Amino acid sequence: MKTAIARAFAHRTVLVSASLLAIVAVFAFLGPVLSPNDYAETDFDELRAAPTLSDLHIFGTDNLGRDQFVRTMLGIQVTLAVAFIASFVSLVIGVLYGAVAGLVGGRVDAVMMRFVDTLYALPFIFFVILLMVAFDRNFLLVFVAIGAINWLDMARIVRGQTLSLKEREFIDAARLGGVSLPGIIWRHIAPNLVGIVIVYVTLTIPQAILMESFLSFLGLGIQEPRTSLGSLVENGVGQIESASWLLLIPAGLLALILMCFNFLGDGLRDLFDSRSSA
Amino acid sequence: MLRYTLRRLLGAIPTVLLVIVLAFIMVRAAPGGPFDAERALSPDVEANIARYYNLDESLPRQFFRYLGGVLQGDLGPSYRYRDTTVSELIADHLPVSMMIGGMAMLLAIIVGVALGIMAALNRTAITDRVVMGFAMLGISVPVFVLAPVFMLFLSVKLQWLPAGWSSTPGPSKYVLPVISLALPQIAYIARLSRASLIDVLSSDFIRTARAQGLSQGSIVRYHALKPAMLPVLSYMGPAIAVILTGSVVIEEIFGIPGVGQFFVRGALNRDYTLVLGIVIFYAVLIVLLNLIVDLLYGLIDPRIRARR
Repeated sequence: MKTAIARAFAHRTVLVSASLLAIVAVFAFLGPVLSPNDYAETDFDELRAAPTLSDLHIFGTDNLGRDQFVRTMLGIQVTLAVAFIASFVSLVIGVLYGAVAGLVGGRVDAVMMRFVDTLYALPFIFFVILLMVAFDRNFLLVFVAIGAINWLDMARIVRGQTLSLKEREFIDAARLGGVSLPGIIWRHIAPNLVGIVIVYVTLTIPQAILMESFLSFLGLGIQEPRTSLGSLVENGVGQIESASWLLLIPAGLLALILMCFNFLGDGLRDLFDSRSSA
Repeated sequence: MLRYTLRRLLGAIPTVLLVIVLAFIMVRAAPGGPFDAERALSPDVEANIARYYNLDESLPRQFFRYLGGVLQGDLGPSYRYRDTTVSELIADHLPVSMMIGGMAMLLAIIVGVALGIMAALNRTAITDRVVMGFAMLGISVPVFVLAPVFMLFLSVKLQWLPAGWSSTPGPSKYVLPVISLALPQIAYIARLSRASLIDVLSSDFIRTARAQGLSQGSIVRYHALKPAMLPVLSYMGPAIAVILTGSVVIEEIFGIPGVGQFFVRGALNRDYTLVLGIVIFYAVLIVLLNLIVDLLYGLIDPRIRARR
């Protein structure tokens, strides 16, 4: 584990993107605490103020006179929270599904994977929108729904890894040594899955962010007065002629966060997933 | 080829059925009925509405009635737009969506493949870096970030291109939506075709061709290009889905009266049947287009046909 961390630090892409993400996260969680402004308080004397140091409106104010810096930071918080929770949901579903398919194998595996193939062909984001309509844009549902549709890749990866692990000699050795099946799964198979699962979770996070911001952009995700980067971009589009910073800052931050996660995931995959590097 | 076609066709049917069942259940699993949000109605009126839309039947009956309609191309009435059916709404607004999506797809394939070939044939550190960096940018930046930023610089600041849809006559209004929609796909296809062409160029049959004295140009044109384009072809399926999703936000941003805009409006208005109908329509469209891609793939690559 120690060498793995050392290798990750030596990888420049991984190092740079991880540091950038850490900086963004620190700002997102400390910024609102340190700023004298509130995210929902409106100041009608200062509508669409350009970024300024007075009153510490360093990102300006929005069309309702609310401090854009605090709103942006809260937006990042929500975006990151959705990303992590949704990825966790997809992690649980994907690992369980993939591990069961891989361990049981045979006809069960074939049927389970055929189902995954079928699901791959579906435009999931539209189903999420359908859910949001049916359940009246429930806040928690955003998290779960996004997680519930992003597990397909994880299931495939885990299943493949489990299938190949199952055939390895050390598993035979453990079985001959009298280790029970749960013991084999817990002590020998699960630890060997951790690395690859971490890599693919990193790659799921940007997808979850993308979906959440897509929904929020359309007004179907996070609802006012809560905000997310997607809703901020949407609001910025409305002010495009009078206050372009309201668009550019959240748009830039969203792009930065997505790029960092993508680079991080790619870098980690290069480092730890030997099969894909071929 | 006939057997392959039949097998693919049969494979698509369960997917379409699954879509309809899932979508129907999702809408019906929701708490409350579609008309609950309106003013309190007298029980008689409510019963009348329920009867009119067949909401008083048992759920399985409603489902089979709906399924029967869908199979005949009838997606039922819209709950909000009175006097029109969902099918009519889709038919009216589909042409403009198809136009933009189709043009974006075409542009993405042509430019993406051209860039990929260029990058694969000039493999220096700089072109590699530029192409890969651009590709990562294109993959990471969502369409709804790209399009407003283009709009800000190219129409609001520089005033080169129109941002409005209905107020612009000529074809210049297509430029920004199509480019914003195509750019991420250009990036992805460029990356894909570059990697694939490099891979093919290092294979044995290319070495043989080279040993026989063929020029680099004719090796690429007559031997390498066709196999190198197979991964691009198989990416067409996912690309269609991404472009369809992107077109929803593009239509919203540029105010284009396409199916996507109605979808979003329907979603915000809780027009259950409209949203349900469009989801089913999109899903069937994606499954069908995927089927066509699969068939093309089988036509080009005989190995696929032979495999069970």
